[in-house]
Amino acid sequence: MALLDFANPTRFLSLSARLIPWTAGVAALALALGFTLAFLAPPDYQQGETVRIMYIHVPFAWLSMFGYSMLAASSLGILVWRHPLADVAHKAAAPIGATFTFLCLLTGALWGRPMWGTYWVWDARLTSVLVLFLLYLGLMALRAAIDEPNRAGRAAAVLTLVGFINVPIVKFSVDWWNTLHQPASVFRMGGSTIDASLLWPLLICALGFTLLFLTLHMIAMRTEILRRRVQVLEARAAAEATA
Amino acid sequence: MMAAFWALLRRDMALALRSGGGAGLGVVFFLSVVTIVPFAVGPDMVLLARIGPAILWIGALLASLIGLERLFAADVEDGSLDALAHSSLPLELVAAAKGLAHWIATGLPLVVAAPVLALMLNLEPAAIGAVVLTLLVGTPAVTSLGLIGAAFAGAFRRGGLLIAVLVLPLAIPVLIFAVSATSAAVTGPVPFGTPFRILMGLTLFALVLGPVAAAAALRAARG
Repeated sequence: MALLDFANPTRFLSLSARLIPWTAGVAALALALGFTLAFLAPPDYQQGETVRIMYIHVPFAWLSMFGYSMLAASSLGILVWRHPLADVAHKAAAPIGATFTFLCLLTGALWGRPMWGTYWVWDARLTSVLVLFLLYLGLMALRAAIDEPNRAGRAAAVLTLVGFINVPIVKFSVDWWNTLHQPASVFRMGGSTIDASLLWPLLICALGFTLLFLTLHMIAMRTEILRRRVQVLEARAAAEATA
Repeated sequence: MMAAFWALLRRDMALALRSGGGAGLGVVFFLSVVTIVPFAVGPDMVLLARIGPAILWIGALLASLIGLERLFAADVEDGSLDALAHSSLPLELVAAAKGLAHWIATGLPLVVAAPVLALMLNLEPAAIGAVVLTLLVGTPAVTSLGLIGAAFAGAFRRGGLLIAVLVLPLAIPVLIFAVSATSAAVTGPVPFGTPFRILMGLTLFALVLGPVAAAAALRAARG
């Protein structure tokens, strides 16, 4: 199978070595352009300058769910195909996803203070992002608690799929409980309600952060593959030394 | 196959009831949690009546997690789980039988104890009835989700804190709809039935998800 050929760790190492400069470069360009446009965009008639937090907050929110979807896809790879690279992808994605989720919560709190008058409200969407953050931490705790890497990977995969039901809850909770947080306004039936002058910088920022996520993920995967190889070599050297 | 299911249920019930205060300990813990709350928030009976259903639910949720860490661990250690894994009963039904036995031994006593504790918190009769009904319907969901944490704890010999960290986020929807059903019964404006039906739906979902995921976790650990 052609796609699975790329899942060979050695091939992944050579492919990612060629890809990383490109994804990192395009990410830097997109973020530079996105931030410039974000500062040139008109301030919101109600929110004034604080609306510019949106250009980093919204991409973080998207990537918190993107990261968990990547964990879920890797979990299928672990449980169905038992592929070692899926396990590496899963282990590498969890801390990055957790970081983006934390940044989403942090920028949301800093935006909420001037707009809602409080850093935190127990609104449905905020709460479900917090739960997503707890799921990330739980996954990392589970992995840290298990010594044997293969079993740890499969256990974390089972837990990821159980938690995956939370991702749609995050996405649709606004429509279900519709409280203080504004309803979804970019992807919805009948087109976007954001003006084009605000939407384009947002999409460019989102592209830049997504490429940043992928770049960090590939670097973390490479590190993990090399770490495992070093461990195997060390174990072999120790076995030869005793023999 | 069902004979094996009932036999396993009877075995786990006997183990739970005969091992030192298995059922009683959860109720005592429940009582302890409810007792410390007035010391924290003050003995204001009006306030306690208002937050009482939430206190009872948090107490029951935490008490439901007690004992889960030994649920599979004992069977892993003495090899019973290997025997069960090779029996005619699928691992999912093994987990379901153990979960049902655990709920009868620890969850049901919490439901029975709840009205007495509710009186201590000055709950009005409608609220007491609603709390008991939501606990009766909701605690099986908590135990079932707890099976997932129990499977990890048993298979990987890790303690109870990991179970709480893994299970509590999953139990949040149950808590939301149980407490909103109770407050609907007392103050409205939504009729009690609306959140209560969603709670029943969540329970049915958890009753399927818990044993299936617990079995998957046990298989993952066996390698």
